[in-house]
Amino acid sequence: MTPRVAGPRVDGWDKVTGAARYAADHSFDGPVHCWPVSSTIAKGRVVSIDTSAALAVPGVVAVLWHANAPRLHTPTADPMSAVLVKPAELAVLQSDGVAYHGQLVAAVLADSLEAARHAAGLLVVEYEQLPHDAELRPGARLRVAPPSPGLDPPEQTIGNPAAALAGAEVTIDARYTTPAEHHNPIEPHATVAAWQDGGVVLYDANQGAHLIQGVIAGMFDLPRDRVRVVSAHVGGGFGAKGPQAVAVLAVMATRMLGRPVKVTLSRQQMFALVGYRSPTVQRVRLGADRAGRLAAVIHEVVAQTSAIHDFCEPAAVLTRTMYAAPHRHTTHRLARLDVPTPFMLRAPGAAPGMFALESAVDELAVVCGLDPVELRIRNEPAADPDTGLPYSSRNLVRCLREGARAFGWRPPPRRDGHRLVGSGVAASAHPSHTFPSTAQLRLHPDGRCTVALGATDIGNGARTVLTAITAEAMAMPPERIDVLIGDSSLPLAAPAGASAGTASWGSAIVDAARRLRAQLTELGDRPLPPDGLTALGQTLGDLAGTPTGAQTAKYAFGAQFAEVCVDIDSGEVRVTRLLGVFAAGKILSPHTARSQLLGGMTMGLSMALHEESVLDSRFGDFVNGDLAGYHIATCADVPDIEVGWIDETDDQVNALGAKGIGELGIVGTAAAIANAVHHATGIRVRDLPIHPHRILEGRP
Amino acid sequence: MEDAEGRDPSRVDVVVRVNGDEHALSVDPRTTLLDLLREKLAVTGPKKGCDHGQCGACTVLLDGRRVLSCLALTVAVQDRAVVTVEGLGGDVAERLRREFVRHDGFQCGFCTPGQLCSAVGLLDEIERGVPSARTENLEAVPVLDGGEIRERMSGNLCRCGAYANIVRAIAAARG
Repeated sequence: MTPRVAGPRVDGWDKVTGAARYAADHSFDGPVHCWPVSSTIAKGRVVSIDTSAALAVPGVVAVLWHANAPRLHTPTADPMSAVLVKPAELAVLQSDGVAYHGQLVAAVLADSLEAARHAAGLLVVEYEQLPHDAELRPGARLRVAPPSPGLDPPEQTIGNPAAALAGAEVTIDARYTTPAEHHNPIEPHATVAAWQDGGVVLYDANQGAHLIQGVIAGMFDLPRDRVRVVSAHVGGGFGAKGPQAVAVLAVMATRMLGRPVKVTLSRQQMFALVGYRSPTVQRVRLGADRAGRLAAVIHEVVAQTSAIHDFCEPAAVLTRTMYAAPHRHTTHRLARLDVPTPFMLRAPGAAPGMFALESAVDELAVVCGLDPVELRIRNEPAADPDTGLPYSSRNLVRCLREGARAFGWRPPPRRDGHRLVGSGVAASAHPSHTFPSTAQLRLHPDGRCTVALGATDIGNGARTVLTAITAEAMAMPPERIDVLIGDSSLPLAAPAGASAGTASWGSAIVDAARRLRAQLTELGDRPLPPDGLTALGQTLGDLAGTPTGAQTAKYAFGAQFAEVCVDIDSGEVRVTRLLGVFAAGKILSPHTARSQLLGGMTMGLSMALHEESVLDSRFGDFVNGDLAGYHIATCADVPDIEVGWIDETDDQVNALGAKGIGELGIVGTAAAIANAVHHATGIRVRDLPIHPHRILEGRP
Repeated sequence: MEDAEGRDPSRVDVVVRVNGDEHALSVDPRTTLLDLLREKLAVTGPKKGCDHGQCGACTVLLDGRRVLSCLALTVAVQDRAVVTVEGLGGDVAERLRREFVRHDGFQCGFCTPGQLCSAVGLLDEIERGVPSARTENLEAVPVLDGGEIRERMSGNLCRCGAYANIVRAIAAARG
């Protein structure tokens, strides 16, 4: 083995040698392989399953379905994580009901993967099928979305937007749509579980080991400490790796069989089972004076949810904070359909919502004859329009100016043979949250320091950034810090989500370091005890308010600039330049921060040009449910993206002065690209993705 | 279940060489090379991202050329040399590893074993003068510019979005 090299990402060497172990890389001796079986109807119930042919296959151990599956408790969650728990989705094989095409109706357990998969095809499932409705169409029965932590209130009216719109010198009234999009982390959901000593150990692919531990403990009526969830490395999440049925199924099977169980979802099954971004239909109306100053903003969102869980894509929420329009109206309406349950996908609400808003703002700039950078600057609010509170910091204008300078804004559109070249801009924003977390620090007599907490690396660089935070808080060189994460037996930590992981974990570490340094002061010149010194730190997160006690609005901002090249004959759009400048407080680990923002922008490019899950309403499921049918950007689609940030000091946002960046990069990218397409061609594409046919249909 | 000569007809005896080690095994003929590596030999570097030849996470080298191990049956790689990310050796692989770390050519790291095997295969293809769909002069040795790297690495998906860094890493490793 090559000696470990010190890299900028502390677990980088493990990832380039194959040493990093993900959930399905783990094995217990003599595992039973589990092949989940999905419903082939969209609505109804399972009357019976003939398992005889499957059970006759050599190596098949059992077939689980609702008639023989053990009954489970309803999952519980603390208030902070309740939003991540979908009780009806987790109640796997608990009833005969079928609420969507692709829902799990059975599972085959066998000594080999080949036997399990073969036997799954031999099950004869008899359904009672009911008529279903799986189409989000005009005239669908809508209701106001229920309030949730990311969407409260669902409807809001400030001032008199209708009157302000009617009296405006310039108005925009446009309808934007975004399709269903799937997370598709390259690592499928997987759990390897073993029932041992009246408890269970799970190697599981998730965004928060403690979150999964709590759900499993509740559903199987176990004390938390009898459930250990290990998730040392996780192959991407993007919102899809909260508590999922696959983990519940694995625990159910290992408890029943008394043997370890390994289950992995197939890529195709992931399209129904682990969430997706709801399609949205958005109407945006803007009213402004001829100088581009906004008087009214109306943003109305329609999204879909499933029959068994309410989730509403909160696409108009950021609109409440973006610009200084005195009259505003935002609504979210939901169609409950017989479809798979949509859920949070990287920057829920913000990504599709800002495509609509930032496209509309660009349309306003065109009508007013203003530069779109200048128009945004003219509408910069002095305080948060949503709450009236001052911002902990807001540097959108600096991002716009710095980005414009670096991009060379704005080159005129040009023609290069049959290719048209243009450029566009859009703003990025994302709320900055901190959630309750704890962390333990231990200073060893040999001069090393261990930081331990149940944080998760889903690609966010957790080990690297937590090393940097600990090193700074303890005034020690990073080489002497060891980070232990990815295990529910470590101190309780928030999941990696809502761009809040680093802020939450880091705030707890800063608190632990303060306590540890106090112990060191007390110790004076005496040597450290043989076991070293330990301190447990915590943060209450947003519940505790800001460090200085002042009430503030907390958001990160950014500006994205895109250059596109549109083949006017084929309709193909290629992004030739993409530049993002962000304001996200203190950047704690520049190397991994740059990658996260780059990754967000890459996913934003993919959203703009490629991604679309096509649901066939006749069957109620996605017809392009694999990676050949569902296109994500490949290496050939992505130019050399430029990422930068401004120096931003923020002593209000949290103890670190740092804002989350995991989602910021995807917000605004699609609008910047669509705006560039308009600049190049004069064609305004209001429906994502910008596939060639939309360009061809828009040609004069 | 045995036939007249005492063999189990539902299994096939194979010899495969993985990262230099020879394994004589009796396998279910349906076993893919990927499942053999991961489930039978505990070689878990190659990853199963789609099991359909669409994501590239399972890429390994077979007699030096990159293949998708989820689409290769074990019985078809009899006596051939399989190299996974764990077994990548030599100067080229070592430079690629270092440049992937230096340029952060990954985030979650799940696709990385496939990306690295693919990159080793790519550099070898250039050495052998194998053109890609993007190569204009089919007579000359391909020039490994950014466009060639992007084209030749597009069989390996990365959802974290590290492509720009992957391209930089491969360009740097080529020197």
